[in-house]
Amino acid sequence: MLIVSCPNCGITAEETEFHAHGEAHITRHAVGSSDDQMETYLFMRKNPKGVHFERWRHQYGCGKWFHMARCTMTLEVFGTYSAQTYSPPDDLLARIDARRPGWREAT
Amino acid sequence: MKKYSVFAVAREAMRHHTGWTRAWRDAAPKKRYDAIIIGAGGHGLATAYYLGKNFGITNVAILEKGWLGGGNTGRNTTIIRSNYLQDPSAALYEKSRSLYETMSQDLNYNVMFSPRGVIMLAQTEHEVRGYKRTAHANMLQGVKTEFIGPEKVKELVPIINLAGPRYPVLGGLWQARGGTARHDAVAWGYARACSDMGMDVIQQCNVTGIRSEGGKVVGVSTSKGDIDCDKLGIVVAGHSGHLADMAGFRLPLESVALQALVSEPIKPCMDVVVMANTVHGYMSQSDKGEMVIGGGTDGYNNYTQRGSFHHLEETVRALIETFPMVSRLKMLRHWGGIVDVTGDRSPILSKTPVDGVFINCGWGTGGFKAIPGSGWAMAELMAKGHSPLTDAFGLERFTEGRFIDESVAAGVAH
Ligand SMILES: Cc1cc2nc3c(=O)[nH]c(=O)nc-3n(C[C@H](O)[C@H](O)[C@H](O)COP(=O)(O)OP(=O)(O)OC[C@H]3O[C@@H](n4cnc5c(N)ncnc54)[C@H](O)[C@@H]3O)c2cc1C
Ligand SMILES: [Zn+2]
Repeated sequence: MLIVSCPNCGITAEETEFHAHGEAHITRHAVGSSDDQMETYLFMRKNPKGVHFERWRHQYGCGKWFHMARCTMTLEVFGTYSAQTYSPPDDLLARIDARRPGWREAT
Repeated sequence: MKKYSVFAVAREAMRHHTGWTRAWRDAAPKKRYDAIIIGAGGHGLATAYYLGKNFGITNVAILEKGWLGGGNTGRNTTIIRSNYLQDPSAALYEKSRSLYETMSQDLNYNVMFSPRGVIMLAQTEHEVRGYKRTAHANMLQGVKTEFIGPEKVKELVPIINLAGPRYPVLGGLWQARGGTARHDAVAWGYARACSDMGMDVIQQCNVTGIRSEGGKVVGVSTSKGDIDCDKLGIVVAGHSGHLADMAGFRLPLESVALQALVSEPIKPCMDVVVMANTVHGYMSQSDKGEMVIGGGTDGYNNYTQRGSFHHLEETVRALIETFPMVSRLKMLRHWGGIVDVTGDRSPILSKTPVDGVFINCGWGTGGFKAIPGSGWAMAELMAKGHSPLTDAFGLERFTEGRFIDESVAAGVAH
């Protein structure tokens, strides 16, 4: 069972209060894009063994969206961060570097 | 290979069972094969079997990183049915179900196929309409199913509680020729038949790289060294994304955990398979008497073969409402498997951007039933470059928007 902290309201609770919504930081392609771009946006997923950045929603709490970094091999939660960003914050990346040396080459 | 028969059992009984030989050879890898299959789950083994049986290609190795059948094939709840909605699925799953009927004879190995019948309960008005639609579609596809009323459900499943407080049973989709089979036996039976045709089943051989030259596959790197091949089949379920990455392409898949559990054995009380998709639970009784129970997948990417406790709780809660008598049962074992789920909940049987590499994956929560049909079709695809059964399941369907939407038929895990 995951223990998650919502960066919006500050509450820490177990996973049943939250809902996962898949890979984060995906480029959204729309009208005018190619078939390949559309396919990548809609269906192609990194699905890594290891560090995964994903979108979550505090479904049964404040209702707001946020991001999470998590390990799919151990279920360790590295941290959560704001939904209003295109990439994970540096301090979180540094924390992951310390916990999983070499993970950037692996993904 | 020694043929199994009643005479063999009698003969061995006379000499204290000293004459049995191993079901398959433990092989060391050769330098080169015509075809290599990665993954000795049911789908990989069935693919190899039909490459040999239907196309005479027997210079084949099946590489398995763990032990044979130790992936989802040995972790599933063994429901076999073919009552899907779309035509391409009906063709593939019905082919598969029909191959199960003669599998024990074909393989000379008892896979304990038990066509005891499968009911999918309709517990909302939407489900009633949905399953009537499926029954009509199945009629056109030549798949025998029927929509039955609550009285017939009660007759087939005396232990059911029709008047569940939240979701009363309004009827069900009944496939009399669906059922279950012994999962390990399916893997073992195929392995024995493959080995008998001269193929090498190589366990504890982890594939760590896929080598290609000029866009064409030349071999794989493994924990037991490099092995060359002309054709390569990737059949690794939840690990498909990882293997595709080695070959240099991406897949429209996500890997999630799916759990199951079994109870202590009890006297026979239910001789059909019951699935309740609205409340997310399903149950059947094994020949040993254990109640075999499954539910829904976890919501997030996961490779740990461990699921969340609250999903089990949800499943068990649903089943207690539907079958009040199970509330006193003790659970004996519980486990998880990693299933590979596609956007349209249909599998991928396809060529890939690398010449000579074929992929079979995306069976998600429901591929045990598909093992023989999938192997049959995948072997044809690998041998001839295309198969009428796989044409609709190619990777290009995601670029072209030509989905095979089975999210309703496969909404709950099974
Ligand atoms: C709990 C649960 C219940 C289920 N219930 C049902 C059901 O009732 N009915 C139904 O039809 N389906 C069911 N399924 C789904 C079904 O189990 C799968 O779709 C099916 O078994 C997949 O078979 P496979 O051969 O593709 O994969 P697997 O059996 O998983 O085989 C893949 C193999 O590839 C190997 N492998 C992976 N990576 C490598 C590598 N790098 N090198 C070498 N080998 C590798 C793995 O070790 C594994 O043995 C269920 C699944 C689960 C988890
Ligand atoms: Zn919150």
